[in-house]
Amino acid sequence: MLFSSRTPWPEEPSTYPGPRVVREPTDPDLEALRSKDEAAFEALIGRYHGPMMRLAMTYLRDRGAAEDAVQETWLTCLKTLDRFEGRSSLKTWIFGILLNVARSRRRKESRILPFTSLFRREGGDDRGPTVDPRRFGKDGMWSTPPDSWSNVPETRLLDRETGEKVKAAIEQLPSKQREVVILRDVAGFEADEVCALLSISQANQRVRLHRGRASVRKTLEEYLR
Amino acid sequence: MTCREVVELMTDYLDGFLSPADRARFEDHIHGCDGCRAYLAQLRTARSLIGRAADEPVPEPLKAELMNAFRSWKSS
Ligand SMILES: [Zn+2]
Repeated sequence: MLFSSRTPWPEEPSTYPGPRVVREPTDPDLEALRSKDEAAFEALIGRYHGPMMRLAMTYLRDRGAAEDAVQETWLTCLKTLDRFEGRSSLKTWIFGILLNVARSRRRKESRILPFTSLFRREGGDDRGPTVDPRRFGKDGMWSTPPDSWSNVPETRLLDRETGEKVKAAIEQLPSKQREVVILRDVAGFEADEVCALLSISQANQRVRLHRGRASVRKTLEEYLR
Repeated sequence: MTCREVVELMTDYLDGFLSPADRARFEDHIHGCDGCRAYLAQLRTARSLIGRAADEPVPEPLKAELMNAFRSWKSS
């Protein structure tokens, strides 16, 4: 089953004031999909491919498996579009389906693959400082402050090799940090949308995002030194 | 506030989750501290470089399959 009874977005609170608002489908992507606009669909799969692949690879072992999950997600979207009520944004709905697909595929994978090849760095450390304590003096002030990156040429920051470093750093994150970093910083969701998609608290979302970004920063600092 | 504390508040600062009082203390510190300003700039850079991981073209075979699926969905 792709859809559990739990939807990946919150219900309207029962104390909601005033009449129930039925959100009109004003999202241009949604309008275009409903009118079966081929160019709009092509643009949509292009725009979300990177974030969807990154997210799927949080759950699945390789690119091929992640691509299969992305494909199944789009097929499911088409098949169930007429049931989409617009209670969340189209984008949240699509990524919610991807989460369901990827998680369910991982459950199947985990039955055939050796345990150690999955679940690497599963939980992740959510405590402790994100900066090496040896970089601060007894007074808590920097003793080894970070370099300014303002003298790193932009061409270097934006080159392919730096991009690969960043992708590798994201993939090394503990999975719970990785999924939050991908949804926030790669897919561009707001904090409360991420909390709803992953069913986690604001506090959890913030801790995981902070730790994830701090790890990527550290990798970059070593690389750009 | 010490630098050690300030670095742990940076994501909350960027997301606007600090209380007005904490935000003011945070900004006071940052204005007088080159190290924390550099660190904050690095975090911002890291965030925008992470965002670039979104740029990935759909492989042609997958695109072809999806467009075929779209066309048969369209005509159904
Ligand atoms: Zn400082």
